[in-house]
Amino acid sequence: MADMSGASTPAGATDMLDGADGVRRRDWIHIAALSTAGVGGASLLFPLVSQMAPSADVLAQSTSEVDVSAIEPGQAIKTTFRKQPLFVRRLTPKEIEEANAVDVGSLRDPQTLAERTLVGSENLLVTMGVCTHLGCVPLGAAAGEDRGDFGGYFCPCHGSHYDTAGRIRKGPAPKNLSVPEYAFKTDTVIRIG
Amino acid sequence: MSFAWAKQYEPKSAFTKWIDEKLPFPRLVYNAVGAGYPVPRNLNYMWNFGVLAGFCLMIQIITGVVLAMHYAANATVAFGTVEHIMRNVNYGWMLRYAHANGASFFFIVIYLHIFRGFFYSSYKAPREMIWLLGVVIFLLMMATAFMGYVLPWGQMSFWGAQVITGLFGAIPLVGEPLQIWLLGGFAPDNAALNRFFSLHFLLPFVIAGVVILHIWALHIPGSSNPTGVEVKSESDTVPFHPYYTSKDGFGLGVFLILFTAMVFFLPNALGHPDNYIEANPLSTPALIVPEWYFYPFYAILRAFTGDLTIPFTGIVLIPAKLLGVIGMFGSILVWFILPWLDKSPVRSGHYRPLFRKFFWFGLVPTMAALFYLGGTHAEEPYIMLSQFFTAYYFLHFLVILPIISQIEVPKPLPFSITEGVLGKAATTEAPRAGTVDGGDAGTLPDGSLQPAE
Repeated sequence: MADMSGASTPAGATDMLDGADGVRRRDWIHIAALSTAGVGGASLLFPLVSQMAPSADVLAQSTSEVDVSAIEPGQAIKTTFRKQPLFVRRLTPKEIEEANAVDVGSLRDPQTLAERTLVGSENLLVTMGVCTHLGCVPLGAAAGEDRGDFGGYFCPCHGSHYDTAGRIRKGPAPKNLSVPEYAFKTDTVIRIG
Repeated sequence: MSFAWAKQYEPKSAFTKWIDEKLPFPRLVYNAVGAGYPVPRNLNYMWNFGVLAGFCLMIQIITGVVLAMHYAANATVAFGTVEHIMRNVNYGWMLRYAHANGASFFFIVIYLHIFRGFFYSSYKAPREMIWLLGVVIFLLMMATAFMGYVLPWGQMSFWGAQVITGLFGAIPLVGEPLQIWLLGGFAPDNAALNRFFSLHFLLPFVIAGVVILHIWALHIPGSSNPTGVEVKSESDTVPFHPYYTSKDGFGLGVFLILFTAMVFFLPNALGHPDNYIEANPLSTPALIVPEWYFYPFYAILRAFTGDLTIPFTGIVLIPAKLLGVIGMFGSILVWFILPWLDKSPVRSGHYRPLFRKFFWFGLVPTMAALFYLGGTHAEEPYIMLSQFFTAYYFLHFLVILPIISQIEVPKPLPFSITEGVLGKAATTEAPRAGTVDGGDAGTLPDGSLQPAE
């Protein structure tokens, strides 16, 4: 009543004062209350942010199995992994030769064909069908499609050319077509993811 | 918009000065819920519920917008997407339980807010407009809550939609076409579900708009208080901040403890298990009742079992179905004329001995009984009890309150809020910073004893 601002202690309430330095006992309550409210409010952000992340059913789709036994050399199939296109190509000996003939040091994203395939099945190239530029689906997996200047894949959106090992050779894309983690589940079936 | 002694906003830094010239939003906040809004010094915890209701609206809007990111309003998948939210979405179970229980807590808070209004006659002049806007908000809340309950597309959702739209079917002549128009079909289906979702998303923002008007109207006369005596001088008030921000903050803490206890430990206690069964248009659940917060009005709806006829002629004036609908809507619409039914110039129930008796022993038990009866099966003795309490409900507002306000002799009111709080002796001793000091105060007329009009 004596002081309407509430910013300072009424003059009569000397019991509120801890010392002459102006630190009041009530300051502790202010700090404790506001900190608790602050931490509580901030922790609420966690579920609100987290709910936008992939839900359990989306994460449950994160492995795919593909039977690769029917793919003939020179042929590729398009399938999906995590709702994105996946290219599985059986390379011909000529394509392997072309891929190995390239000077790795001259590549934008230096990788050998061996580094992009599994030991023992170097003729099986498994890559995402997602251009590393801005995410279009490159052509070249289906028969008759434009396979670009290097005989691999060609992205028509902005003209990125990939070679027979799926490596970026020309155009704006920064990286080779990404190779997902995969392994042979049986002799004929690979499991991706 | 406020008392003469309200503190003025003074921007200190160059930046706040710049903002204040271009868009004085900090000033608005300062005058609305800051140190620039003087509030009676004697508000008790019943005055917490306005702020809490605003907080509930925020909970509902935030969790609701998030749920809408995962929900699909299509009759074939709606039920599945709700289960998807519960099982797959990160913290989806928490957000949905917070939204469902948030609705219940919103109504708990609103009912206590209305209870405060009834007991302290907050609806009386000069605060009629605040009250009228409040009733509008309540009606909008009921519509929003009903449509939200339809969205999970469970059994109670479906049959709730069927029964509530059926109420409109009771209206003479246009009733049936109106019900078909509301549903977009002959029974609740995709069309109804989609429009309910759209409106359920829209209405909370309409409510937020009316809430702003409600607060605007409040800030013209300022808050009422437990004595019902109007503010006379600066010693009667304290600044909203920090006095009521901290008091409301404490109430908010208690509210959150209860709310989180329900969300985390009893999330389905207030719901109906039947709503976890997907909607089936061919089978009605054994007990079809709304959510608990609609029970009193549902009890009134079911209380009307006989047609209104001209005696001995058999001519039906109003069929029972329509009577029930009129009764149910009338039980809320009567609140719109409440400021003009209760003409007593004294506001607070503390100073109204006769009113207080009818309040505690009439209205409160009646509301409690109607709350109970709305959730029971439609059989005896519940129907008869519903009829009795429905009759008292209307009697209270339409007959008892006007009579009380005519014949009652109110207890003497304190001269001022300060006197009411500190006693007569303290009034003159209390230091005053305002223009009206204790000595002069005795000569001023007591505005609160003037008729409410």
